[in-house]
Amino acid sequence: MAIDRNTVRHVARLARLALTEEEEERTAAQLGHVLEYIERLKAVDIEGIEPLSFAGDASEAETVMRDDEVRPGLPRDKVLGEAPEQDGSAFVVPRILE
Amino acid sequence: MNPSLLPLGELSRALERGEARPSAVLEECLSRTARLDGKVHAFLRLTEDQARAAAKAADERRARKAPLSPIDGVPVGLKDLFCQAGVETTAGSRILKGYHPPYDATVVRKLREAGAVLVGKLNMDEFAMGSSTENSAYGPTRNPWDLERTPGGSSGGSAAAVAARFVPGTLGTDTGGSIRQPAALVGCVGIKPTYGRVSRYGVVAFASSLDQVGPFAQDVRGVALLLRAIAGRDPNDQTSSLRPVPDYDAELEKPVRGLTIGVPKEYFGEGLDPAVEKSIRAGVAALEREGCTVRPISLPNSPHAIATYYLVATAEASSNLARYDGIRYGYRAQARGSLLELYEKTRAAGFGAEVKRRILLGTYALSAGYYDAYYLRAQKVRALIRRDFDQAFAAGVDAVVSPTSPWAAFRLGEKVDDPLAMYLNDIYTVPVNLAGLPGISVPSGFTQAGLPIGMQLVGRPFEEGTLLRLARAAERALALPHRLPPLLERA
Repeated sequence: MAIDRNTVRHVARLARLALTEEEEERTAAQLGHVLEYIERLKAVDIEGIEPLSFAGDASEAETVMRDDEVRPGLPRDKVLGEAPEQDGSAFVVPRILE
Repeated sequence: MNPSLLPLGELSRALERGEARPSAVLEECLSRTARLDGKVHAFLRLTEDQARAAAKAADERRARKAPLSPIDGVPVGLKDLFCQAGVETTAGSRILKGYHPPYDATVVRKLREAGAVLVGKLNMDEFAMGSSTENSAYGPTRNPWDLERTPGGSSGGSAAAVAARFVPGTLGTDTGGSIRQPAALVGCVGIKPTYGRVSRYGVVAFASSLDQVGPFAQDVRGVALLLRAIAGRDPNDQTSSLRPVPDYDAELEKPVRGLTIGVPKEYFGEGLDPAVEKSIRAGVAALEREGCTVRPISLPNSPHAIATYYLVATAEASSNLARYDGIRYGYRAQARGSLLELYEKTRAAGFGAEVKRRILLGTYALSAGYYDAYYLRAQKVRALIRRDFDQAFAAGVDAVVSPTSPWAAFRLGEKVDDPLAMYLNDIYTVPVNLAGLPGISVPSGFTQAGLPIGMQLVGRPFEEGTLLRLARAAERALALPHRLPPLLERA
């Protein structure tokens, strides 16, 4: 299944990924190849089958409630210390409002 | 034998009897790693000072005969996907270079509480996406049995470190085979527990409905001891199960007589290396000699598993990896313009090719107009794959046996340019994650060229005890000759 460069560009924008022209071209070919393989799922009879999103131990008895108590979070200085740019109390981002 | 070369289960006994001392074992491990890891590249970084302090505390407890657990004083390595407070954690990616998590993953905390000596962080495919460790931003790991070959992936560093005897045990994660496949390719034991058996809190997320944490060791007892230490309910992971954690060690020597093994015909078809098939058939015969009943079964939807997986896993990944935006942690690109430009440039420079490929595939599968055709359809096929296993178990099968990987370790570079060929590595392991079941890989032999082969056993939900018992029976019955990788014999 072929994917065109415009589709790749659209999806890359949704995914917030800047691609070079060369990457766009390669991605179109590789995704097309993988999607061609994935097409085989169209032949599977899924009539009346409920989708399975989670294969865990999700019986009712496992749904646990807890009290809504205030608990300490992570230390602010340590968390902010990991940011590429911060001002001691907040993360710094480019201006988004003029 | 030098205690640092012992399989973890035996080392535990030696420590218990006072025949080995944690600090001495650690020094042997560190010096072997210093000597040989330049060739293997299993570790991304060592935490030697912390390890020495932890080993010293374990020495004292062991001397008092007051160990915290059977793994008290055992050196353990961690895949670089586990957050460890204050220790750089990169997930094999440039985008997390320099990230020092402010907290421990639950499994890391539990290992500490059991007295394990945490030695360092291990190489992996970026964000656990890959089957060869070649997608690491920090260079590939090599297979200790043949340095021109891959140890598998994505937990390739965790597997190679155990095979090279750098550490007796490690933790990895398994989303589509990332524990079992590398365990098979380096000739050690690796278990992926039932979904929900082990907490995922503090584990860098790839595909949240599939990811599960599990251990590697040279012997079945080793993984049983590690699994006991890390399993259990965690209030910080709502998907972790409330079921009590059994004493897996107590299960190991119970007889397997009367258990039924199902051999799925779909797992012995085209593409399976004849040498691997022969070894697995011998493994099945060994279990039969131990008293198991062997029965042919069919898992008719398994041929759809890879296609299903690459929709479900990439869709979840595209969502999970949205958090890497250059704002709160990790790498940020220089961008003079808008916030959007900052995001796009940061992610373009921070992620490697395979991660980008999977984010794009997942975004595509979830995007308007394609959701029903791809993602929703995949979830329905996923239900069918699970139903196949449920039916086999309902018909009296206790475990499904198959090869772990269709082939032994392949050469570095052999499949890296062909994503689809790389994905087919996981043909026997992926269905198990989709179904949320426990699976173990145990060594079954060697190819003529001396490369390890692994046999996979898959069990009912939360029946890790049965799987470990069967794996132990195979280990005992096959009694593979004790072999060290050539790397160690030369040293």
